[in-house]
Amino acid sequence: MTAKTSPGRFLRRRSFHFAGTRNWLLAVGVFVLVGAQASAFTAYVSNEKSNTISVVDTDKFTVVKTIKVGQRPRGIELTKDGKFILVAVGDDDTIQVIDVRTHEIVATLPSGPDPELFTQDHAGKILYVANENDNTVTIIDLERRVPLGEVQVGVEPEGMGLSPDGKILVATSETSNMAHFIDTEMHRIVANVLVDARPRFAEFKRDASEVWVSAEIGGTVSIIDPVKHEVKKKITFDIPGLRKEAIQAVGISITRDGKTGFVALGPANRIAVINATTHEVQKYLLVGQRVWHMAFTPDEKYLLTTNGVSNDVSVIDIANLRVIKTIQVGELPWGIAISQQ
Amino acid sequence: MFEFSDSDWSASLIRLLLAGTFLFAWMSASTDAVEINIGYLRGTGPKPTLSLIQTPANNDGIAGARLAIDDNNTTGRFLNQQFSLEDFPLGGSADPVAVAIALAERGISLVITDLPADALLKAADAEAPRKLLLFNVGAIDDRLREGDCRANVIHVAPTRSMLADALAQYLVWKQWRRWLLVVGSHAEDKLYGDALRRSAKRFGARIVQEKVFEDTGGARRTDSGVVQIQRQLPVFTQGVPAYDVLVAADESEVFASYLPYRTWDPRPVAGSAGLVPTSWDGSHDQWGAVQLQDRFMKQFSRRMSARDLQAWTAVRMIGESSSRTRSSDPKVILDFLKGPDFALAAFKGQRLTLRDWNLQLRQPILLSDGRMIVSVSPQEGFLHQVSELDTLGIDRPESQCRLK
Repeated sequence: MTAKTSPGRFLRRRSFHFAGTRNWLLAVGVFVLVGAQASAFTAYVSNEKSNTISVVDTDKFTVVKTIKVGQRPRGIELTKDGKFILVAVGDDDTIQVIDVRTHEIVATLPSGPDPELFTQDHAGKILYVANENDNTVTIIDLERRVPLGEVQVGVEPEGMGLSPDGKILVATSETSNMAHFIDTEMHRIVANVLVDARPRFAEFKRDASEVWVSAEIGGTVSIIDPVKHEVKKKITFDIPGLRKEAIQAVGISITRDGKTGFVALGPANRIAVINATTHEVQKYLLVGQRVWHMAFTPDEKYLLTTNGVSNDVSVIDIANLRVIKTIQVGELPWGIAISQQ
Repeated sequence: MFEFSDSDWSASLIRLLLAGTFLFAWMSASTDAVEINIGYLRGTGPKPTLSLIQTPANNDGIAGARLAIDDNNTTGRFLNQQFSLEDFPLGGSADPVAVAIALAERGISLVITDLPADALLKAADAEAPRKLLLFNVGAIDDRLREGDCRANVIHVAPTRSMLADALAQYLVWKQWRRWLLVVGSHAEDKLYGDALRRSAKRFGARIVQEKVFEDTGGARRTDSGVVQIQRQLPVFTQGVPAYDVLVAADESEVFASYLPYRTWDPRPVAGSAGLVPTSWDGSHDQWGAVQLQDRFMKQFSRRMSARDLQAWTAVRMIGESSSRTRSSDPKVILDFLKGPDFALAAFKGQRLTLRDWNLQLRQPILLSDGRMIVSVSPQEGFLHQVSELDTLGIDRPESQCRLK
């Protein structure tokens, strides 16, 4: 089937239920069809420059398909039911919804201007979007595709991390240098924590004991106590032979057991492996150039990183903490999401 | 981690604030916000330019400061700080000393200055009732950071030597090592010529010949137009040794913009025209700069200039240090800016910090062709033991500045 990407046309004809169960039979059918590769997951990589998503088979570690999307795709996630890819296309001021089976763009979301990063609630019903150009966080009902409200935050919001109980959203603002703690029920800021310059990403530990916030220009990760709203520790990075300015912390991934953290260091071309209990850096893994973001395979055997300048994805073997493979993708890869099946 | 002296009480206070937590709860509306009033001291009218589209706007510079005030206030809402800006345009014969005293009497001690070097020094040295901390966003003279450096003047504008080094690194990287240097006849042209000569020597370029373009007076716009220029410039650049690039030093806007496409030999032009080193350009869109450009355009309906960016940066430096230190005391702010914890994000791809020996802001320099950013210096491979940004301009070991 040839993909004809006219979201409007599809919107009129079909209705999608992201969290509904209507399509589960169909989903099972598809799963059986691709059952031969049941151990393989699928990674979706947004390529900021080529306006595409590279679809990567994590069994063979090869690109199996390239999807054309809107302009400047960056933040990318799968819906919780695994049926749709959500990708923020900043220069088109929207988030596109892509069917994982047909690879067609089936809808767009009212994300507000210039969306970059976003996160979903755990039920997959609500989307929180950072709108850099007007200092707001937009809250969207995913099923009805309508905005539910917005929260005024600091200058240039970017990173979005949701607490495990879904009650607190942490939004980082790049020019205010703050992590804003937002009550997701009241749509209200409850605390603001100053972190280092240009905070870009926020990630909670699964047990909600800590939220990690990276600062790109500051080159640090602040470990924040989400109850006291205090920075309890700051992770710094010192790589021999590398100038301080090149160490720019961006993406963060923490293992489910909360024991190991991974921090992408941008133009330092490295991933820092961190003992998430002691917050000591254990190791630096050399990946591609200007590493942005990361995603684990669901079994946490592998961590895939997007390397913006070298146009590739590095595959890290988690058990051995080694880079085992590099996959060429589109131009300036930025975000990555991996399917749960 | 901290380098402050133990005996210094205010430094201890900063340490306390920094080492502790950075938590500031949402303040209730009833609490009065802390007012931080910033002065903006600027000279009279912009200089004429050869190109009509490069004529600075009347609010050149101060528009950037106003945008940064808004940005600071967006952050300030969460910290109970309220920033405001007061404009002090300096009339033709007005005395900078008197204005500095007037500012101090109004309780303002943080002042953005867009003044020529001598007026800036007068304002800095004024015996005001309270000590002023000046942020120089206009004067690029190296001497203000060298022999004439002052402990109460922070330099946000880059120096001539930083601009010249940024250009030279790129030209050398491009293997355009043979330069024809053309220098104007005004004092600041000669200073730029000196800076370019120094850069050529430093980075291994060779000046094959040097010519002076004498300013004989005359209007920059005439009804007869470019007919004569088209004939004069080729002749002026004829009969010189083989060269790769013509480098022009013309801060006075007398001739440089006439050079591109008019040289005897088909050669690129750089310096005051062609490929120009600058702290900012309306076309710069890397490292999230589009967001700042969009905000500026929305508010002022024009593109953001280098002076706008420099003023924006100065006000952001104040915002950043007062949000970290929770103070508007110029001494606390200066100590923070000089210290190891200051790092400003300013859409240049890396942190901006302060050279503590002469209070010059370290910054990457853009190379613009007037429509696009061609490159950003420092160039890859120009290494430095402290910061690669210190490959631009006069470095610590060569500095004559001794701050008191």
